[in-house]
Amino acid sequence: MSEARIQIATDTDTVDLEAEFKASNIQEVLEKLDRELVGLEPVKTRIREIAALLLVDRLRKKFELTSETPTLHMCFTGNPGTGKTTVAMRMGEILRRLGYVREGHLITVTRDDLVGQYIGHTAPKTKEVIKKAMGGVLFIDEAYYLYKPENERDYGQESIEILLQVMENNRDDLVVILAGYKDKMDKFFQSNPGMRSRIAHHIDFPDYQPVELMAIAKLMLASQNYRLSAEAEKAFKEYLKIRMKLEHFSNARSVRNALDRSRLRQANRLFGRKGKPLSKDDLMTLEAEDILASRVFQEGRLDDKV
Amino acid sequence: MMTNPGNRLTQGQFSFLPDMTDAQITAQIKYALNKGWAVSVEYTDDPHPRNTYWEMFGNPMFDLKDPAGILMEINNCRKTFASHYIRVTAFDSSRGVESPRMSYLVNRPKKEPGFGLVRQESESRMIRYTVHSYATDKPEMERY
Repeated sequence: MSEARIQIATDTDTVDLEAEFKASNIQEVLEKLDRELVGLEPVKTRIREIAALLLVDRLRKKFELTSETPTLHMCFTGNPGTGKTTVAMRMGEILRRLGYVREGHLITVTRDDLVGQYIGHTAPKTKEVIKKAMGGVLFIDEAYYLYKPENERDYGQESIEILLQVMENNRDDLVVILAGYKDKMDKFFQSNPGMRSRIAHHIDFPDYQPVELMAIAKLMLASQNYRLSAEAEKAFKEYLKIRMKLEHFSNARSVRNALDRSRLRQANRLFGRKGKPLSKDDLMTLEAEDILASRVFQEGRLDDKV
Repeated sequence: MMTNPGNRLTQGQFSFLPDMTDAQITAQIKYALNKGWAVSVEYTDDPHPRNTYWEMFGNPMFDLKDPAGILMEINNCRKTFASHYIRVTAFDSSRGVESPRMSYLVNRPKKEPGFGLVRQESESRMIRYTVHSYATDKPEMERY
């Protein structure tokens, strides 16, 4: 008798939440989330809550306490560079570990991928994207562009209607995550109340603190086998302080761009000292001068602006 | 002797078996997707064995990861063409193959009249045989 049987627990049985938790490997994912994502407390809390709910749901199933599958469609709001896409990517993995989605892949789309150019073009286009995302997560970046109230003949509305239908009927098949800036998303939901009510989790991504940005910078550099010298660290702190006050500051993304530019300057500096042999340390270390050369310091304006 | 009781059409894979359930179809699609083949849904009401090209129901579906989307299309097709033959084809685009790897029926009409054998007398008492579907005597969309 080698048939696999589903064991249904009786009323008096107990189940081990701890054991189930370990079996799902979810701890590993959550730890990775903690390690690789700096800050973002509200986001992490919510993810932990969702993980707990799904785990408890799984245990309830053992007692045949069925409840409807929870809706996990989410909306991420926050300023640029606060980690919305990164978290969405993790979300697929987390939900797959918990057995909520089957594949856990992430399909990232924007308005262009969903809305067609002429009558009858939108529905097949949207449906194709949805089919691709099934079994995983559909991430719609800057979702508010789907709805353009100033043009009543805009096909975005059609796309929204199809999405709504799928979000309701194929809850088991895919998770939709909308992302965008807070104020624009609020306006979008005001004009699409159906969308708002179908999304259970509205998660707001806070801006990073300077300390967090520093930690992010170090993480980014470590992953590329670079490091900051002690002076460079001081200089970068100073850089962040000034940069955060300037226009178009986009959190982690600005940090990444700043680091990329310092890498350019470092390469140039190393090139300048012709003849002298370079150590591994030289190749790895960003010095203060690589950062201080930024135009942010010299003229108080952005590097990439001429 | 009845050679094929019920005149069930036997084309493609699994056609001698009872009709597949949705779960079984899903498992077969999953197999094809894991191999990286593009799955498409086709239908016809002219099931002659030499009728290779059936009507496509939508485009072939590329880059899918999960069978749910394809099953959704199959069900849409069943709704639209309830009494047609519907098959699922998995196309392998890798170099040197470039042809369907799988093909199986997922829907068949309730009543299948089957095929008749037509004998044509040609020169010198020679006999030419041809297979003729009884259903195709009627115009399209009225056959089953």
